[in-house]
Amino acid sequence: MGSPSGLPIRVCGEPAAGARVIPARMSPVTTREPAWTSAAEAGDALKATGYLSTPGIAQVAFLADRLDKPILCEGPAGVGKTSLALAVAEAMGRPLVRLQCYEGLDEAKALYEWNYHKQLLRIQADEGKTWSDLEGDIFTDDFLLTRPLLTAITAPEAVVLLIDEVDRVEIETEALLLEVLDAFQITIPELGTIQATSKPFVVLTSNTTRELSEALKRRCLFLHIDYPTPDREREILLSRVPDLPDALAAEIARVARSVRQLALRKAPSVSETIDWARTLLALGIDHVDAAVTSETLHVLLKYQTDIDKARRELELVEEPPG
Amino acid sequence: MIGALTAFVDELRGVGIPVSMVEAIDAARAVEHVDLSDREALRASLAATMVKNARHLPAFDVAFDVYFGLRPSPDAGDGDGAGAAEAAGTAGTDGADDLFEGILEALLEGDHEELRRLVHLAVDRLSGIQPGRPVGGRYYFYRVMRRLDGDALARRLLDALGAPAPADDRLGARLSAEDVDALLEQFRRELRSEIVRRLVADRGSEAVARTLRTPLVEDLDLMHATREELARIEQVVTPLARKLATRLAQRRRRGRKGRLDARRTIRRSLSHGGVLLDPQFKPPRRSKPELVLLCDVSGSMATFARFTLQLTYAISHQFSKVRAFAFVDGLDEVTHLFGPGVEFGDVLLEMASTVDLVWQDGHSDYGHAFEVFRERFSDALTPKSTVIVTGDARTNYREPRRDLLEEIRDDARALFWLNPEARRYWDTGDSIMSTYRPVCDGVHEVRSLRQLERFIELVALPAPLRRAATLAAG
Repeated sequence: MGSPSGLPIRVCGEPAAGARVIPARMSPVTTREPAWTSAAEAGDALKATGYLSTPGIAQVAFLADRLDKPILCEGPAGVGKTSLALAVAEAMGRPLVRLQCYEGLDEAKALYEWNYHKQLLRIQADEGKTWSDLEGDIFTDDFLLTRPLLTAITAPEAVVLLIDEVDRVEIETEALLLEVLDAFQITIPELGTIQATSKPFVVLTSNTTRELSEALKRRCLFLHIDYPTPDREREILLSRVPDLPDALAAEIARVARSVRQLALRKAPSVSETIDWARTLLALGIDHVDAAVTSETLHVLLKYQTDIDKARRELELVEEPPG
Repeated sequence: MIGALTAFVDELRGVGIPVSMVEAIDAARAVEHVDLSDREALRASLAATMVKNARHLPAFDVAFDVYFGLRPSPDAGDGDGAGAAEAAGTAGTDGADDLFEGILEALLEGDHEELRRLVHLAVDRLSGIQPGRPVGGRYYFYRVMRRLDGDALARRLLDALGAPAPADDRLGARLSAEDVDALLEQFRRELRSEIVRRLVADRGSEAVARTLRTPLVEDLDLMHATREELARIEQVVTPLARKLATRLAQRRRRGRKGRLDARRTIRRSLSHGGVLLDPQFKPPRRSKPELVLLCDVSGSMATFARFTLQLTYAISHQFSKVRAFAFVDGLDEVTHLFGPGVEFGDVLLEMASTVDLVWQDGHSDYGHAFEVFRERFSDALTPKSTVIVTGDARTNYREPRRDLLEEIRDDARALFWLNPEARRYWDTGDSIMSTYRPVCDGVHEVRSLRQLERFIELVALPAPLRRAATLAAG
C-alpha cells in the first residue's frame, strides 16, 4: 500500500518511531526584544533605508512588531507594498525570506518536501537493516528540503518573511499559511510540530485581484496602501532619483496625480513615475508642459488606449486625433 | 478605554463592518501600545486591527470621528483666551472676513494646527450651532460654507497658487485646479470633523453615529445612487464578480464524485500488479446554465441593467452561454457589444446609437418588447436556458401581454424577474408586478449589489445545490 507520494500512510501528528520529536511549545523559545520603541522611531528607521513611510504605515509596522502579527498589505500595483517588506528587513537588520505566490503553489513548494532521491539512496546503502531502524533514519532533518515557510520558521535568528502576491494562490492553498501566521509553527506528520525559535516578522502583499478568505484576514493587521499624495511622491522621487531638481519632482508628482484620476486600464505606479523622472532628467528637461508630457507619456502608461485617453482628457494635444 | 472600544465595535458592526471577537481583542491589545493623545495613530491602529476591507474604510472613518473625535480643543480655554481676544478686535461683526483670510493663509502654508484652530472659531461664530437643536450636521456644515463663501475661497486659492490661465496652459491650469481641490477638501474634512465633535459633545456618540451612518457600498441603492455613489459601486463590481466566481467554482467542484472511470482505474492498477487498489472516478457532469437576459434600459432602469450585465459578464464562464437583450419599447440583441476589455460606459452609449430599442416613444412597453422577442429571437430559448428579466414592471398603462411571458417561460427552464424598486412600491401607479408575478419562477427585489450577488449565485448553481442554497437562505 502506498500513498500517492510514495510515503507510508500515517496518522497526522503521530511521529514515526525513533524520529526526533520537536515538542510543540506554547510560546517561542526566545522572546525577542521589540525593534522600535515608538511608531515614529519605526518610521525613521524605514526612512533611513530609503523607504518613505506615512505615519499610518509606520504605526502598523510598529504594531506588527509589538503584537507579533503579520501585516497584510493591500493596494494597487506598484505603490511599495513589497518594498515595505524589504525596507523592514533592512531596518531590522534581518535576513529576508521570500515566498512568491503563484497559481498552483502547493505544500511542496511553500512548506517542505522530503528529499525522495536521497531517501532512496539511504535505503539502498543500508540493505539488511530492519525496517524500523531505517524508517527512523530517513524521516529526519537530513532528508528534509526546506521551502520558504519552513526556512523562516527554523532560521536560527529571526527573519522577515515576505509572502508576495498572496491573492494569486487558490483560496484552498491559503489554508497552508494559516498555521504559520497564527502560531508560527509547522506540523510535519513524520516529525511532529516545529515551533519557530524566534518569531518572524511577516508581510503579506495582495493586489486585490480577488478577495482573501476571512480566516486569513482575521490573523493579520490590515494595511491599505494607496497612491502617495503629491507631497510624498515628490519626496520619494527626490530620494530615488539623484540630481532631480525639486521643482521638477513637484511637477511630476502633480501630473501623476492628475493622470491617476482618469479611468485607465492601468494607472501609473510609483516605479513608473520614477522611470518618468529619470527619462525627463536624461532628456535634460526642467519643466513639464503639455508637449513634454504628451511625448513621454509612454513611460508612464503602458497601454496605447490609456495613452490616447490621457492625451485626450488632459488636453495635451491641440487637435484631438481622429 | 475598553468601554469606549466596545461601544465603537458595536457601532462598526451596526454599520455592517464585520468585526470578529478576535479582531476586537487585537484592537484592545494594540491600543496598549498607542499614545492615546495621537489621534491618527489611534485611527491607524484600530483600522489595521478591525477593518480588513478597503471598501469599509470610509465608513470606519466616519464612526471613528464620532467616537474618538473628542480631542482637546485647540485653544486652551474653549472660545475664550486667544479666540475671544481676536473676536473683540472685530467687535460688531462675526469676523467672517478675518476667518476667511486666516483660513486661506493656513491652507496655503500647510499649517494644520492653525487651520484647526480657525475652523474651531468658524464653527463657534458662523454655524449658529446650539445645544439640543435637532438639526443634522450637514445643516451646520453648509451654513459655515456659505458664510465663508467656499467659491471665493477656491478662486483666491487659485490666484495665490499662481495658476496659469486655461487659454495659455491647459495642463498647468488643470494641475492647479487639482491642487486647490485637495486644499479645499482638507478644509472641508476639518470642518466636518469639528462639527461632528460638537454634536457628539451635545448629544452623545451613539445618537450622532446613528444619524451619520453611511451605507456600505454593497448596500447602496442602485436605482437612486448619486454619481459619486455610482463611481464607488463601479469600483467594486469587478472584485466582487471575481469573488463570486471563485465561490461558485468551489461549490461546483465540491459535492459528490461522478461515476467510476473503468479505463483509468485499470491503467492505475498496473503499477500495483493489476490489483484494483485505487478506484478512479469521472468528474461529475454538471451542466452550466444558459442565461438569457432581458433588460429594461429606459431611464432610471439603465443603471440597474448596467450593473446586472456587468456582473453577469464578469462571471460569464460560469454559464455555458449568455445572451443579452435590451429593450425600451422595442427590443434588440446586445450580446455582440460585450467582449473582453470593453468599457461598460462606452457600450451603453453605443447601445443607444446603434441598436434598435425604441419603437414608438421611448417609454417602457413590456408587452411590445416581449412580442419582438418572440418574433425575432425565439431561437434564443432552449430547455436549458434561464431567462432573467430586469425591470420595474411599469408599463405606462400599456398592454402587459402576460400570455407572451407565459410562452417564454414554457420554452425556457426557468424565468426570474429582478425588480430594483422597493417591494412596497410594487403595484402602485403603473407597476403591474403582480400580473407578471405568477408566471415567474421567482420575483426578487434587487436594490443593492449585495442582493444582486446573492441572486446571481442562486442562478449559477446547479439545481440540487441551488435548492440547498434556497433552503439555507430561509
